[in-house]
Amino acid sequence: MNPSDLNSRNPRAALGLAPCRLCDPRAPELARTNASSLRRFGLLAAAMFGFGFALIPVYDVFCDLTGLNRDAAQALANNTQVDFSRRVRIELVANVQDGAVWRFGAPSRPVDAHPGQLVRVEYELENLTGRPLVGRAVPSYGPAAAAAHFKKIDCFCFREQRLAPHEKIRLPVLFVLDKNVPRDLGVVTLSYTFFEQGGGKRT
Amino acid sequence: MDAHATPAASVRHGPPTGPMRWLTTTNHKDIGTLYLWFAATMFLIGGLMAMLIRAELFQPGLQIVQPELFNQLTTLHGLIMIFGVIMPAFTGFANWQVPLMIGAPDMAFPRMNNWSFWLLPVAGGLLVGSMLLPGGGVAGGWTMYPPLFLQGGISYDLTIFAIHIMGASSIMGAINIATTILNMRAPGMTLMRMPLFVWTWLITAYLLIAVMPVLAGAVTMLLTDRNFGTHFFSAAGGGDPVMFQHIFWFFGHPEVYILILPAFGIISTVIPTFSRKPLFGYASMVYATASIAILSFMVWAHHMFTVGMPAAAQLFFMYATLLIAVPTGVKVFNWVATMWQGSISFETAMLFAIAFVCLFTIGGFSGLVLAMAPVDIQLHDTYYVVAHFHYVLVTGALFSIFAGIYYWLPKWTGHRVDETWGRWHFWLSAISVNLLFFPMHFLGLAGMPRRIPDYALQFADFNRIASIGGFVFGASQILLLIVILKCIRGGEKAPARAWEGAEGLEWTVASPAPYHTFVQPPEVK
Repeated sequence: MNPSDLNSRNPRAALGLAPCRLCDPRAPELARTNASSLRRFGLLAAAMFGFGFALIPVYDVFCDLTGLNRDAAQALANNTQVDFSRRVRIELVANVQDGAVWRFGAPSRPVDAHPGQLVRVEYELENLTGRPLVGRAVPSYGPAAAAAHFKKIDCFCFREQRLAPHEKIRLPVLFVLDKNVPRDLGVVTLSYTFFEQGGGKRT
Repeated sequence: MDAHATPAASVRHGPPTGPMRWLTTTNHKDIGTLYLWFAATMFLIGGLMAMLIRAELFQPGLQIVQPELFNQLTTLHGLIMIFGVIMPAFTGFANWQVPLMIGAPDMAFPRMNNWSFWLLPVAGGLLVGSMLLPGGGVAGGWTMYPPLFLQGGISYDLTIFAIHIMGASSIMGAINIATTILNMRAPGMTLMRMPLFVWTWLITAYLLIAVMPVLAGAVTMLLTDRNFGTHFFSAAGGGDPVMFQHIFWFFGHPEVYILILPAFGIISTVIPTFSRKPLFGYASMVYATASIAILSFMVWAHHMFTVGMPAAAQLFFMYATLLIAVPTGVKVFNWVATMWQGSISFETAMLFAIAFVCLFTIGGFSGLVLAMAPVDIQLHDTYYVVAHFHYVLVTGALFSIFAGIYYWLPKWTGHRVDETWGRWHFWLSAISVNLLFFPMHFLGLAGMPRRIPDYALQFADFNRIASIGGFVFGASQILLLIVILKCIRGGEKAPARAWEGAEGLEWTVASPAPYHTFVQPPEVK
């Protein structure tokens, strides 16, 4: 071994030893900077993993703030069957034939709706007696001409209603007042009358 | 002492022999080789799937595969080619070349480097192996959109797991590469003196660290939606399927540049070498790469113009996307200006680089067409999109990988490349790839949807042309394998500077590169 090899640029290679990164005087310093880079990049990766999940509430907030993709702003979602240019007032009325057995209530306020808009209202029915009751509601319209424009999607009046003693239930009705309702009809009335069925069963 | 003085003993620190060498290696060159062979293997598997797809599409009707299998083939072909071929191949190049180019002895974290590689075969095995499970492999498209992806069988869970593993591998690899570049450059190599390949990989590494975790989050949400009763994307529970697309493409668009920026780096290395001129506009290349990376975070929704966005959002994403053409144009013009009045020779690496510039530009232009929202609504999910992304990923990313292989093989193996075989590989590939993908533009404009095993009669002629091109393209890749194997086994000895015009530190070390290089950092003046 020529001693001058030991002073060459790579003494370990001259000795036939594996290169040793830790023998480099800069190695401890490099290990520290590398470790701090690893930490910073690792944190960035972890933060971006969270960011992926955060996008879900972020989109919600962003769309709320800007109105993007909300209500009428989303042109594609608009219902072209709704006439937004006018409103019709719908008065809701409830009548009972046998006042002593039922309490039948209509919503206390009238509903203002665009023609073509889907409307949902709820009536209330209570059995005031101590026995089961079966009944059915019969609708009527005022003025009678409005009847042709009431399109009911679902109505409690389609079925008979059975109530246990003192039971109280809500009765939804889902309807559309179609787009062609005459312009001079500013107010229409939807009225239901409740009849007990099978009156003969009364003991 | 005498024994140590013999030359044989001075390579005592060489690799251990046998399979354990590859399993336990922490050497950047070994790991680079492993990455490249893994990519080659997956390229074969993904390529065979593409051959089956083209065989089925050779004529209308169902001949070879049923729709269920066809969907699995298109899905896995996409996932394998992106995550199993292009990304590992580029990481392989980075492992081999980045330490050599910046004068570092190895990567910053050699053991993590080993781990990032050995995760990949596990993930690849899960992906491909899931085809054997009951219900078949994943068939929901590589983009994994819910609600379809929420409804699949067990292979969908395995795919999610595979994506997690590949994501972890990519993130670790990217952290390793970025740390190496930032901390371990030879004295005197300032950032603006780095070879452009190193620059593009530094920016790519940042992109990977920023968006791979977002993909991991997105597929985690798919996983919990599928198995743990959450409703991030499941509409039945109030979730929003379109939300997945937003999160996915927030990853997906930067991913597109992850797949092409290293390609820009390779091309920016190859073209100056064979033009015998320095790269034209080095600084503008660096800034263009950085601008592309930054813009890539602002354009994700151009992948989803048809989901029903407000016009303002469509306009924003359209203009932001068109803006990317500016830095990309800077790059293309710089490559052309580098060749301008250069003393050009047409080695295979250069042929692939020139083909890259021409054909990637075609892919870029069809990208501009698709960037226009009103046009995209017509072309969305048609073969026009298929043509576009194959032009940028095959004649773009893949051709740059070919160019890089031909360029650096002498450095890796110590032997010159057989240029005759290389030229055959190039011309067959370059002609057949256009035969394969160019007719797809016409198919898309005529309205043929993507991801279908059968099609209307009027699409038959162009599909037949594309299939013939596909078979030739697939077969000519065997030539590449032959070239590589020939080069490994022998051939004319390559000098340290294997190419006359090659510049950079990697050409100052012997060919093949010794197992350990730059143990003492070189001085860069």
